[in-house]
Amino acid sequence: MPAINLSKAAREPGQASRVFDLAEMSLRELNQALHDLAPGSNETAWEVLHPRGSHSVAVGVDQPVAIDVRGSVGYYCGGMNDGGTITVHGSAGPGVGENMMSGQIVVKGDASQYAGATGRGGLLVIEGNASSRCGISMKGIDIVVHGNIGHMSAFMAQSGNLVVLGDAGDALGDSIYEARLFVRGKVESLGADCIAKEMRPEHLELLQNLLDRAGVTGVKAAEFKRYGSARTLYNFNIDNADAY
Amino acid sequence: MCGIVGLFLKDKSLEPQLGAMLSEMLISLSDRGPDSAGIAIYGASSNEAKITIQSAKPERDFRGLDADLAKAIGAPVSLAAKSTHAVVRTTPAKIDEAREAIQALRPDIRIMGAGDVVEIYKEVGLPEAVVDRFGVREMTGTHGIGHTRMATESAVTTMGAHPFSTGADQCLVHNGSLSNHNNVRRELIREGMTFETENDTEVAAAYLSSQMAHGKNLGEALEGTLSDLDGFFTFVVGTKNGFGVVRDPIACKPAVMAETDQYVAFGSEYRALTKLPGIDNAKVWEPEPATVYFWEH
Repeated sequence: MPAINLSKAAREPGQASRVFDLAEMSLRELNQALHDLAPGSNETAWEVLHPRGSHSVAVGVDQPVAIDVRGSVGYYCGGMNDGGTITVHGSAGPGVGENMMSGQIVVKGDASQYAGATGRGGLLVIEGNASSRCGISMKGIDIVVHGNIGHMSAFMAQSGNLVVLGDAGDALGDSIYEARLFVRGKVESLGADCIAKEMRPEHLELLQNLLDRAGVTGVKAAEFKRYGSARTLYNFNIDNADAY
Repeated sequence: MCGIVGLFLKDKSLEPQLGAMLSEMLISLSDRGPDSAGIAIYGASSNEAKITIQSAKPERDFRGLDADLAKAIGAPVSLAAKSTHAVVRTTPAKIDEAREAIQALRPDIRIMGAGDVVEIYKEVGLPEAVVDRFGVREMTGTHGIGHTRMATESAVTTMGAHPFSTGADQCLVHNGSLSNHNNVRRELIREGMTFETENDTEVAAAYLSSQMAHGKNLGEALEGTLSDLDGFFTFVVGTKNGFGVVRDPIACKPAVMAETDQYVAFGSEYRALTKLPGIDNAKVWEPEPATVYFWEH
């Protein structure tokens, strides 16, 4: 796990941000400019103004740039992010960070459904609450939610870590594979084949590292419970027919 | 898809802008559904009741209707035409009689809704075209709901557009699709309710009207949808003095709400709310699944 602080790496001291005002420019111009960045470009600091709930803000970023979005965004912000550091100074609509590959996305407000869905890598931090299906089918992403998460979160989650400082809704981790779920508050109910597991030293260390990277202070790894797969649904078994 | 909006004003000084605010909200969601659009506006009470009617041939059907209707029901009638729609006003005691007489006098006219305060305008086309056509931006009111449709369950027609109104001053917009609407429709028909379309949403509207006719308040009626209706839904509902929201337990149809001292607003997406006054400091939240929210004046 890279321990570097991506925000610092991305920002050259004293460099002015490139500002995109979505009240005056189109979303396509913004995303095209981000996609046109060549490796090693000096344009490493970007600021997006007046997003006003636009869809697909900063989707497909593949360079280590820092993007500050000043306001709330709609669907799929930062989708497929591969190395960018995206901060949403507001709330995010459905599918924030969907299929993220690497890098970091921080949402200062709340996130709607399926935050971090299918994410393969990187760190997604939701400083408010996330709603239903957070981390659905996650495949290696790390997700840290400061507040609560909604129902059906981590459904069929394959790998990666989901950390929740608050509570989790119904059917957490239904049909989960090898992702690790850490919840500090109450879990409304566990989904099929998801069970509470022992917190061993390596899990405490992993969790503490995630909390540090997500900027969480005043919370100890020992306050969390770990949940994961009972591995009874891996292979078809006729006795489990009702659970599939 | 489909986009739905709702706006319930707490601050009377905003009432002259209700139509303009709701129109902007709906237009911002145009790409969630280009098939048809509709809006219901709850205006000021007066000593007359209103029936909103629609005709594909308004020149033929609306001409002389006020005089013919006044003669048929023996009460004064006024008619204000707006494109394919018209609002017929008469004394509240004559409202049911007037509905029947309109159907007898002009069989091609369809009734969009009726009540003391509601007016409903809906047509095939994009939200901007629909609000321009009916001058919705100029309308004053206390609350309203709107819908832009991507059809899934029934034909793209004026009557298949939302809002659906099945009771006096009651109407509903829906994002989603119901799977048990045929059964529920049959049960409601047995109770004596009538239906204009094959549409699933009309069944939801009629279900709520039936519940409220049995004495339930808006909140209790909305609670019933969670056990009696099967499928995907986010509903926004208007009554004469109320405004309610409910989402099914799976809640995959999006919803965002905002509340300030001046209003309560609903949008399928945050985009719909961005031009509202004071939105940056509003309480903004995603309504919980299987949870009823309602406000009344």
